[in-house]
Amino acid sequence: MTSGVKEHLVVVGNGMAGARTVEEILERGGGERFRITMFGDEPYGNYNRIMLSHVLAGEASPDDLGEIYLNPLDWYAENDITLHSGVRVVRVDRFAKKVFGNDGTIEAYDKLIVATGSRTYFPPMDGMWVDDKTLTPGVFGFRTLDDTTAMLDYAAESRTAVVIGAGLLGLEAAYGLMQHGHEVHVVQAGPVLMNQQLDEEAGGILRTVLERTGMHVHTGKRTTGLRAAGGGVSAVVFKDGTSLDCDMVVVTAGIRPNVGLAVISGLTVERAIVTDDQMCSVDDPDIYAVGECAQHRGEVYGLVAPLWEQAVVLAEHLTGTNPKAAYHGSRIATKLKVAGVDVASMGVKGPERADDEFVRFAEPKRGVYKSVVIRDGKLIGAMLLGDTKKVAFLTQSFDRGLPLPEERVGMLFELGGPSEEQGAAEMDDSVQVCNCNGVAKGDLVACVRAGEHSVAGCMNATRAGKGCGACTPLVRDIVEWAVAESGGEVGVDESASWYVPAIPMDKPTLIAAIREQNLRSVSAVLAALAPEGEDAGAKMPLTSLLRVVWNGEFVNENDARFINDRVHANIQRDGTFSVVPQIKGGITTAAELRRIADVADKYSVPMIKITGGQRIDLLGVRKEDLPGVWADLDMPSGYAYGKSFRTVKSCVGTDYCRFGLGDSTTLAVRLEQTYQGLESPAKMKLAVAGCPRNCSEALVKDVGVVAVGDDRWDLVIGGAAGASVRRGDVLATVTGHDEVVRLAGVFMQYYRENGKWLERTYDFVPRVGLDELKAILVADRDGIVGGLEERMQAAVDAYRDPWQDGPEPSGPGQFANNLPLVPLPIVPVGRAPDGSLQASSAGRGPSAGGVFEGAQA
Amino acid sequence: MTTSEITGHAVAPSDELPPGGARAFAVGDRMVAVFRLRSGELRAVDAVCPHSGGPLADGQFDAKKVICPLHSHTFSLADGTCLNGDRAVRTYPVREEAGKIVVTAP
Repeated sequence: MTSGVKEHLVVVGNGMAGARTVEEILERGGGERFRITMFGDEPYGNYNRIMLSHVLAGEASPDDLGEIYLNPLDWYAENDITLHSGVRVVRVDRFAKKVFGNDGTIEAYDKLIVATGSRTYFPPMDGMWVDDKTLTPGVFGFRTLDDTTAMLDYAAESRTAVVIGAGLLGLEAAYGLMQHGHEVHVVQAGPVLMNQQLDEEAGGILRTVLERTGMHVHTGKRTTGLRAAGGGVSAVVFKDGTSLDCDMVVVTAGIRPNVGLAVISGLTVERAIVTDDQMCSVDDPDIYAVGECAQHRGEVYGLVAPLWEQAVVLAEHLTGTNPKAAYHGSRIATKLKVAGVDVASMGVKGPERADDEFVRFAEPKRGVYKSVVIRDGKLIGAMLLGDTKKVAFLTQSFDRGLPLPEERVGMLFELGGPSEEQGAAEMDDSVQVCNCNGVAKGDLVACVRAGEHSVAGCMNATRAGKGCGACTPLVRDIVEWAVAESGGEVGVDESASWYVPAIPMDKPTLIAAIREQNLRSVSAVLAALAPEGEDAGAKMPLTSLLRVVWNGEFVNENDARFINDRVHANIQRDGTFSVVPQIKGGITTAAELRRIADVADKYSVPMIKITGGQRIDLLGVRKEDLPGVWADLDMPSGYAYGKSFRTVKSCVGTDYCRFGLGDSTTLAVRLEQTYQGLESPAKMKLAVAGCPRNCSEALVKDVGVVAVGDDRWDLVIGGAAGASVRRGDVLATVTGHDEVVRLAGVFMQYYRENGKWLERTYDFVPRVGLDELKAILVADRDGIVGGLEERMQAAVDAYRDPWQDGPEPSGPGQFANNLPLVPLPIVPVGRAPDGSLQASSAGRGPSAGGVFEGAQA
Repeated sequence: MTTSEITGHAVAPSDELPPGGARAFAVGDRMVAVFRLRSGELRAVDAVCPHSGGPLADGQFDAKKVICPLHSHTFSLADGTCLNGDRAVRTYPVREEAGKIVVTAP
């Protein structure tokens, strides 16, 4: 190109594809390189066709069409674009490189873009046309602004409308006309509504929903002709001989690419103009095609998203900003609202091969249908009707081929927790994401905008995901989305694999280093392995790890333990503690209950609660009272405060239950006796059920045991019924209590050695994989089970009841009250004889001053 | 307020706070949490987490920060700023004198 002389770019077509391509070109500095001329056969600037449905439905006023214009006429002038509006290009002379308009305009071009789009397809039928160019009055396509305004004018004088073709456009037209009070009949030749997007079942549900709104739906009706009377259409006639009276007809039976110009200009046209990966015609290196008139790798797209992708590729190619720009086709995922109903679809509609997975859910009464198609672990198709909450997740999985949840139903529904109820993009900024720490989406977005581009960084700064952790996937989604929105890249988080902050090692490496260097205290570990010095956030997980590595044989430093582990009780919101004595298997005695009652009286315990773990919780105990409470209880700790083995629930099993198949209580007591208090990456809750009725909820425990008869037991792992809900997986079915206890121990030791800090079994089991766990722990593929058993036995042997700390505190001030001077919350404790609630508050006060308010009498 | 009201308070014998130890003390009409770092140095900040009243002396800490045990709000031990961008705590001069820990506060 000679400098100073611009090439002439001519664009035939001023629709969404043509104008978008020009916008993309201008954005890439194409205005410097090209002089641009556009032809549009509609006498307007460029407008948003998708909005026509809203115009028809009266949701956007036809008088106020400003909103519908993407680029008003001024825009062309501002960008030095010559626009021939209302001019149709009738011929391209490829050899002279000129285009000819129907008004005599001739423009020479250096590069030519054909973006002629498509038009309404009017199926051949009697009575449709008055002459070659004129439709029978009352018959309309639904494609252009002129179509829409003409329909609105005519609708004012008509009552009954027939819409031929029940695709997206047809239903939009029907819905729009119903808003004008019309009786509307939708006629579909095939059996299914929206058959491009929906399968038969979903189409049936949509039909029910639409009929409920008063729309008349006729399927399997082929329209063969129209009848006219009094100068306008008066009925449609069907192949079966029946007819339907009407005074208006809208034809939405499909679209056809506008390829006449291309054909007479000698371009290769199959279903549309054939292009290569740069959207260049295969016949002429200076002629390109984009949008609905282009055929790429055999596909012709009729939706806006692929068109935008094509426009970007073509702009990058023409401006030279990306010499490698290439279009590889689009994966079609649509989310739309048709006639007031949410519909989303992507990929294939149903299984195509024998081993494709097909998961479906239908609730016709509520108008909800969902299905997914999975091949080789990847989502290849999905359909959502009536409830599109999961569309963001599914679209991501579909576009990026992400790994899918093992429980496929999780792709259709949210199984507990706030995660992904809505996609990250659609959520309002005010929506609370992390309920534990009260972090809203907006807080995360603000954090990203402030420059923090790593997931871990945002989590640290906002504390999102630092509570129960159930929201972490959603937090990750939001941060990734916000970073992408800001045009950045998600920071590579090299610390993600570290077991703790400050020490750049994963867990196995860290364990090896601790063993090798014989590090026996948290301060020693940090001194030896943390390059930047200690970090408070590393101390608690390191204490846990040292206990796993050395069992009892390490120096337990108070500052390296979380407050709960320092005082062996669970800190409450008001700074008091909850005390839960061990009640193995949930089985207690009258003597124990009496002692608990006496303790509650003596220490004025404000609340006594039966817990979900079949134990008794004494709430509101003051820190300095803890040693006294333990001594008087004379029961071991129930570990209701630690990242550790907590409790084993049981049902009454064969002792009393007439359905019991196995002795669940004895087994539960034995499991709890054996593994009590074991430190672990996160808490472990267990249960034993004496029959598959599962009264002790063993299927949703970290480790659950279910009797199946003949002293055979299912060992279930990775269940959860908290912030996340997950049914556990059966690791193995084993015979006898001994084998249950052994295998449960093997699993728990493997988890202790390999689980990430705070990673519950419900994340750990899917992460490692059930088959892998079976191979390692049941089949002993790697020959490590013996070692796991040995190390577990050593841990069991090292057990010591922490409540024995009472008589010999582990340091000065272990039980000193550090409570703030704030008024206590009022805790209801019971009903007085007159039925009124009594309230109580525990005393609290500064420690050194020795001033304690007594609990109220 | 007059300058004479800035005074040192001996809150505890030095050996009540071993390295890694922390306690809350009443200093005048305030509650102050005193921390003994692993290095042996002392730090003092408000004892009460401004977020929801958590006892900071019961939190885990290192040479630079303390984490509230209730909701993990984190505060700089150097200047009291909240590292999560929330309200800060006050810091207080603290020293050892004749075997006692002395906190200076208004």
